[in-house]
Amino acid sequence: MAGKKNQVMKKQKIEVFDIFLLIFFAFVLIVTLYPFLNVLAISLNDAIDTVRDVNFIIPRKFTIKNYIYVFEENNIIQPFGISVARTLIGTVFSLFCTSMLAYVLSREDFYFNKIFTVLFVLTMYVSGGLIPEYLLIKRTLNLGNNFLVYIIPGIIWVYNVILMRSYIQGLPMALQEAAMIDGANDLRIWAKIIVPLCKPVNATVALFYAVGQWNSFMDTYLYAQKLPTLQYKLYMIMQQATQKVDPHSVQATVGSTVTPLAVRMAVTIIATVPILIVYPFLQKYFVGGMTLGAVKS
Amino acid sequence: MAAGQKAKAKPKPRKQKFSMALMWKQRYLLLMSLPFLVWLIIFKYVPLWGWTMAFQEVKPATFALPVFEREFVGFDNFIKAFNDRLFMQTMINTVGISIIGLILGTLSSILFAVLLNELIFTRFKKITQTVSYLPHFVSWVIIASIAKNFFNDGGVIDTIFGTNLKLMSTNSTKIWFVIVLIDIWKEVGWNAIIYLSAIAGIDQGLYEAAKVDGANRFQRIWHVTLPGIRPTIIVLLIMSIGSALNVGMERQMLLSVPAVQEHTMVLSWFSYERGIGRNDYGLGTAIGMFQSLVGVVLLLIANKFASLVGEDKLI
Repeated sequence: MAGKKNQVMKKQKIEVFDIFLLIFFAFVLIVTLYPFLNVLAISLNDAIDTVRDVNFIIPRKFTIKNYIYVFEENNIIQPFGISVARTLIGTVFSLFCTSMLAYVLSREDFYFNKIFTVLFVLTMYVSGGLIPEYLLIKRTLNLGNNFLVYIIPGIIWVYNVILMRSYIQGLPMALQEAAMIDGANDLRIWAKIIVPLCKPVNATVALFYAVGQWNSFMDTYLYAQKLPTLQYKLYMIMQQATQKVDPHSVQATVGSTVTPLAVRMAVTIIATVPILIVYPFLQKYFVGGMTLGAVKS
Repeated sequence: MAAGQKAKAKPKPRKQKFSMALMWKQRYLLLMSLPFLVWLIIFKYVPLWGWTMAFQEVKPATFALPVFEREFVGFDNFIKAFNDRLFMQTMINTVGISIIGLILGTLSSILFAVLLNELIFTRFKKITQTVSYLPHFVSWVIIASIAKNFFNDGGVIDTIFGTNLKLMSTNSTKIWFVIVLIDIWKEVGWNAIIYLSAIAGIDQGLYEAAKVDGANRFQRIWHVTLPGIRPTIIVLLIMSIGSALNVGMERQMLLSVPAVQEHTMVLSWFSYERGIGRNDYGLGTAIGMFQSLVGVVLLLIANKFASLVGEDKLI
């Protein structure tokens, strides 16, 4: 601490207010991180021991039994697989479609450019609402409990298209023109010139879709309860826990020493870890995307 | 903005006449966009057409009928919705949670950004900011799971303070504040980004000038930083007024238990509950349509208001 202070001292005098800020943000850090560490600790703590009290961030009696139980008894493999599948497949398809559409909408010489853009952007402000959408997907298209319901209805986010379009419009036009003179068609120009140039914005948009897919809960709840994702599974575990009189009660399974709380915490961690893994990238690309989006007109 | 302006600086393509030759020339562009147009019409515009159901009696059995063979009932669904035992309470909840969230959310994000900007320990500042985004990327289900751990009877909060607050299970407006608090915890760091970038855009010369004039730190915050981000604050406030009734069903549903539903029920959820839960599609659609239309009206009013206070119109 002292060393750091001296470092800063060179430039600026440290006032009482600076120390206050330091303490304030240290407190903010604790408030942000404590709940996550608490969940992690409970998931790694002996379930019976946790019943005593839940307020700790270092496992008192370390065990991985809760995780073993979750994987062996709780049928978590299927939801995990579905979550991974929808994230991978959904992201790839969404990115492909978004990029293609964004390129077309960036071409101001395209005859239908204006009208298409308006049609797409309009849907950001007006939507039919939950009931008509529900009826369309579940009754008219009969997509209930079909994996496609995770991919098709949300395949394009107009916001991402606009984001990508303004990036493409910022690229130098000369490359495209040169290719056009060489006789390349629009599909080729998109695939060979635009896509490679869009790497940064592709990364941003892919992450938007991936996080959206991984975290998505309502579509499973509304349309595909027979294809549970990890989020939905966690929701179900929460529902079971609230039905019980005592949330800390020991599971009735013979020979098991796992509580609903411990199971819930283990599943919570399993659902959070993928986000933590991509977090460094999220950091880098999301914040860029956020400010990019903020200045779009 | 930069990208947009560059695009505008290019010579505008002259107005083209529709011709088959032009369509042939742009066939690839057509090919690359028509599938998405079809998708757009099916998934975005067909549900809009579904608004016709708000004026009809639609039950599961009659849904399959062609639109014009269903029974038209005029505004009956709307009258039924407004007379619903739960409607008034739902409106109060929606507006209440929305306003509390708007005020406390905005204030905390501004406070976070302004104070973080004053932090002189650069390394620590960066770490704090990075960590503060984390909850934003975590799903509401996970947040709900963590929150229950904290606020439930015998949870972390009760253990620390030795209390029995029943924060998530008391059927009163207390639950509004708990939900808003959790929302702020999740989003404050993320929402502060936009204010931080606005602060970064303030002319440093202003701070120097203020210093020369003998302004202390708080005076500099009050007279330079806050006026500097005023336009951003106003724009964001106005934008959120337009979505004042759009309190998401997901968060409300996940953070509440059946015992407190009277105070967590919001319009979108109510629409689902009546429409799908009770199989009255017409009624559910009417509630959803009411929410959308009020949203549009609010947005237009806010937009008008923005031009009155001297800001640019948003739409």
